[in-house]
Formats: sequence, C-alpha cells, structure tokens
Amino acid sequence: MGEKKGLRGKIEIIVSEDQECRIVFSGNWTIYFRHEEVFPKIKELISTKPIKRIQISQKGLSSWDSFFVSLIERILNFLDSKGIETEILDLPEGVKRLLELSKTDLGQKRKAVKREAFFERIGEASFSVFSSMASFQDFLGRVTIAVFNILSGKSRLRYSDFLLYTQNAGARALPIVSLVSFLVGLILAFVATVQLKLFGAQIFVADLVGIAMARDIGAMMCGIIMAGRTGATYAAQIGTMQVNEEIDALRTFGFDPIEFLVVPRLFALTLMMPLLCIYSDLLGIAGGAVVGAGFTDITLLQYITETKNAVPLTHFSIGIFKAFVYGIIVAIIGCRKGLTCGRSAASVGRVTTSAVVTSIVWIILSCALITYICYVYDI
Amino acid sequence: MISSQGSRRDSGKEEIRVEGLTMAYGEKIIQKDLNFSIYSGDIFIIMGGSGCGKSTLLKHLIGLIRPYRGRIIFKGIDFWNVSQEKRLEMLRGCGVLYQSGALWSSMTLSENITLPITQFTGLSQKEAKDIASFKLKLVGLGGYENYYPSQISGGMRKRAALARAIALDPDVLFFDEPSAGLDPVSAKHLDDLILEIRESLGATIVMVSHELASILSIGNNSVFLDSETKTMLATGDPKRLLMESEDPKIIEFLTRGTGKRELRLV
Ligand SMILES: Nc1ncnc2c1ncn2[C@@H]1O[C@H](COP(=O)(O)OP(=O)(O)OP(=O)(O)O)[C@@H](O)[C@H]1O
Ligand SMILES: [Mg+2]
Repeated sequence: MGEKKGLRGKIEIIVSEDQECRIVFSGNWTIYFRHEEVFPKIKELISTKPIKRIQISQKGLSSWDSFFVSLIERILNFLDSKGIETEILDLPEGVKRLLELSKTDLGQKRKAVKREAFFERIGEASFSVFSSMASFQDFLGRVTIAVFNILSGKSRLRYSDFLLYTQNAGARALPIVSLVSFLVGLILAFVATVQLKLFGAQIFVADLVGIAMARDIGAMMCGIIMAGRTGATYAAQIGTMQVNEEIDALRTFGFDPIEFLVVPRLFALTLMMPLLCIYSDLLGIAGGAVVGAGFTDITLLQYITETKNAVPLTHFSIGIFKAFVYGIIVAIIGCRKGLTCGRSAASVGRVTTSAVVTSIVWIILSCALITYICYVYDI
Repeated sequence: MISSQGSRRDSGKEEIRVEGLTMAYGEKIIQKDLNFSIYSGDIFIIMGGSGCGKSTLLKHLIGLIRPYRGRIIFKGIDFWNVSQEKRLEMLRGCGVLYQSGALWSSMTLSENITLPITQFTGLSQKEAKDIASFKLKLVGLGGYENYYPSQISGGMRKRAALARAIALDPDVLFFDEPSAGLDPVSAKHLDDLILEIRESLGATIVMVSHELASILSIGNNSVFLDSETKTMLATGDPKRLLMESEDPKIIEFLTRGTGKRELRLV
C-alpha cells in the first residue's frame, strides 16, 4: 500500500500550563502510512521546557495497529526513564488493552535480557576459558587411563568398532590422500624446476621434493585431510549421539563413553595415520618424479637414485612420528568436541566446524614445535 | 504438604530415598528441597508441568547428574559416595527409557538389545540374539530385528527402547514419558505392558508421565513438582492426592483444569 497524502500520522504538542503538556495523535498510525517523527519532537520539548507531566490523547485518529501501540509503549517508557509523569487521556479501548497486556510481561523481559557489563563479560569469558582447559585436561586424563586399561588387558577393546573405524580412516581415505599428495609433489617439483634450472641444478629437484615430502608435507597433508574428513566425522557422530541422549543411554548401561566411543577411534586413527603418511610420501615423490623425468633432462633412474641418496630413513621417521602425533590430535579433538556438544542440531554443526579448525591449528603448532626440536638437536 | 502412605507400602523395602535434593544446571537451580522415598514394587509417578525438571530429576535418580545439594540413596548406597566402577555396576540393575528413546542409531534394533546383554553376561551372541527377539516380541515388534532406528516410526522407537530397557531384567525401571507420541490404544497397551513387567519381573517402576489415565490407573505413589516455587508440592498415592489434596495446582493438574474430583479409570 502506498502513502496517502493528508492521511499521514501526525502529532501535535500542546503546552497547556507551564509544566504540563499534551501530545495529540491524529491521522493514520499504521505501518502502511508515513508518520511524523515523534521522538525528536518530544526530546526537543523536554529539553527546552521543564515539563513534569505529559498527557497522551488523540483527535481524529482514523486508524491504528500494533505499530502504534508499540510506539506509545516506547514513549511511555522513555518518559518514565526521564522521570516525567504520563497519563493516557483518550486512546481507543483496544490500544489501552494491548498496552496493559504488554506491561504484564514487560517486567519479566527486563529481567531476562539484563545485559552484563563489559568487564563482567570479559571476566566470565576468561573464567570459561580456564574451566574448559581444566575439563579438557580431565578428559585427557580419563582417555589416558582408558588406554592403559585396554593395553593392560583390564578392559576389552571393541574390535568390531575398531576395525570399522580403521577401514574408514585408512582404506577409505586413500583416494583423496593419493590425489592430494601426488599433486602436491608435482607442484613442488614444478616450482623447484623453474628455479633450479637457472643454475643448471635440476637434479636437486629430487632432493627438495624428497626431503620436503618425507619430513613435513606428507604428514601435514594427511593431518589436514584427516582433520577435515575423519575428525569432523567423529565430532558429528558423537555430537549426534549426545543430542539423541544415546550417550546417556550408554552410561546407564554402565558403559564408559570414553572406553566405548573414544578409544576405538583414537586407536584406529593413530594406527592409520603413519601408514597414510608413508603412502603419501611415496606418492608425492612419484609426483615429483613425473615432473623431474618428464620436463627436465634427468632420467627417471637418475631421479630415483638421487632421491634415495638425498632422503635417509631419519627424514621418513620424523614424518611418520609427526603423522602419529597428528593422528592423536585429530582423534582427541574430534571426540572431545563431540562429547561437549549441546542438545541441538545447530550445536552439532558448531562442534564439527570447531573440531576441524582446532585440529588444524594444533597440527600446525605441533609441527612447528617438532621442527624446532629437530633443529635444536640437529636431527 | 500431604504425604499419604498406602498399606502395602509398609511391607515394601525402600529402594530409593531422596534427601534434601537440590538440582541445578551450573548455577541455575531447577528444583530444590526434594524429599521422598520410592519403595520396591511401586509404580512411582513424577508429575509436573512442562519444563519443571522431571527429566532432570530422573537423570539424578539414575546417577547421571551430580546433585547440587542433598543425597540420593539408591538401595542403601549413596551414588556419589562410591567409586566410578561401583556406580556403573549399580546402574546395571536399572533399565532406562529416555524421553527421546535414545536407541543407538548406528545399530539395528536387535544389536541395540544384544549389546548390553553380551557385555554384561556370559551369553553367546546367538543366545543374546534370541533374547533380543523375544524382548522385541514382548513390545509388539517381532520381525523388526534388522531394522535401524531411523527406519521405524516414533512410537515404534519408544517401544523398541522399552525392549532395550528391559534387556537385562532390571529390578528398577525408569521411564520418561513412555506413552508420549502414542495413540490412545497403544498407550493403553503400553500401560498394560508396564503392569505386566512389574508383575513378572517384580520390578520397581519410576515413571515421568502426563497421561492422567495412566497416572491414576497404574500409579500408586508419586511426587508433584512445581516450576514456580521450584520445589515439590506433594508426594503420595496420586488417587489420594486427587481426592484429598488442598493445593489448587495439584487439583488443577489432576482434574485437567476442571476442578472436578472424580476417579474415572479407563
Ligand atoms: N542440559 C541442560 N543444561 C541447562 N539447562 C537444562 C538442560 N536440560 C534441561 N535444562 C533446563 O532444565 C529445566 C527442566 O528441564 P527438564 O527437561 O527436566 O523438564 P521436564 O520437566 O522434563 O519437561 P518436559 O515435560 O517438557 O519434558 C528446563 O527449564 C530446561 O531449560
Ligand atoms: Mg522431560
């Protein structure tokens, strides 16, 4: 509906005595009509004159709706906060009733949306960081105990689950790991070739690709792929179980959720990650070999021999160790996030995202740490 | 506060005693100062409006949530005064049916029931499967052994969850709104089933329910929680509460707002 001229909502302010005045509404006061700005007028009024009492009334109010009622309510609240007395003189019966109705839950609303002060919120946020750190440590402790219980034969590992997770984290992950590793090896080799050609040192492409893949990139690629693939799955699976009260059901049957849900996943992933890493290393080197042998004047045999000489087993072992650590990180964070999931579908989405992001951050951090330690000890 | 004691009660052993229990999520108090007892053989009803903390109370009774204050004595032992292992062992004597069913969604109905059986008994997989089929038949789900929870209806899930709750022949059963989401005939059938289970297993039953018909027909003890005062208003036989209580909230609840005190048992 468009605006109709002459019918727009108008207000008139009549100052009757020196400390008293009256606001009179007229015309159409619905959401479909333009209306005069009310608050600037009122503000101007009370800032220029020492008003103590305001009466609200109407003269020729042709139509109104709940927009009008909410406006009146806001005006009343505003004047109330300024310590000005108000009185409703002559408004339609319906408006008065709606105002009355809104007053009843107003008190409750005020209590509910009490906003905390800035510093209070900072304080609460930092406390929650500490308490979540404490509960994460508690979780780690309980996982460690569960792992020892299983290793020492005190409790049984659920083999059927373990095998299923192993298949998921191992064989099922091969296609994506193959693709990414092969291409990363290829890209590395291309970049290296272009630069090293300038010095006539193309043969060292084999060294660069081999060392980079074996020490870092193979493990890192596996870590990131598995964080996005398996870590997210763990968080979503366990989170959904939390939503459906399935975890409570486990506990009431006397199952320990950590032994039952976390440990098989942890074992599966930490076992599979080093294997995936070796596979990824080899495919990356193969990718490098394709470029080395295909786009430079080195032969395949030369490339392989060079790689063999340049990459001793220590490089591979460091990569494999890293992959093992990443496996623990991804599994622990995925499961932990799942277990802290709330009771709603939205919260499953949140913990899944958070599991992936947190895992990747920790993978990078631990990679930096291990690399530094290796540097210090000259490994 | 009214506290009515049935005559049978004196012979029944005290199974669960709640002493000065206050429940909270974090600092948010849900209910405070709860005191009541559940005796063996009871069908104990937890009543109250939506959101007043009935499911929360149930989770406290089975030791899933630590009381904010007060104690829960389960068969003479305080849940939170014993080791984790002991607590898990105590839980095995309980069967629980959650409000949402809470079947393990990655397993078939049969696997849902065989899992606890094989875990805690020496039975073989085959024997456990036979027991699972039998329990499914009891709840009218014979033939659905290999269905996944997502492949059956909500009411069927409730019944399958009931079958799982009685998998280990527990002596205390906890039901959270067993008949919610069932048609009146199935609900009546479920009530009969619950009575049957109590008779045949000699189990004590603790049940959250809104169904006036089942509250009044099968319940013989109860507690009434109120969300406004955040505490219990009464405990005792729901039929006696209906006839004798003076509390307007209880009368309103038990007469479905009509205020007419009449026992119309289905
Ligand atoms: N995990 C939780 N964290 C925080 N508050 C919760 C949690 N679960 C429930 N609550 C709150 O506790 C109160 C009681 O919840 P509860 O589920 O026990 O109610 P109920 O009596 O079972 O209700 P209904 O009849 O609707 O099932 C509610 O106000 C709810 O908001
Ligand atoms: Mg509930």
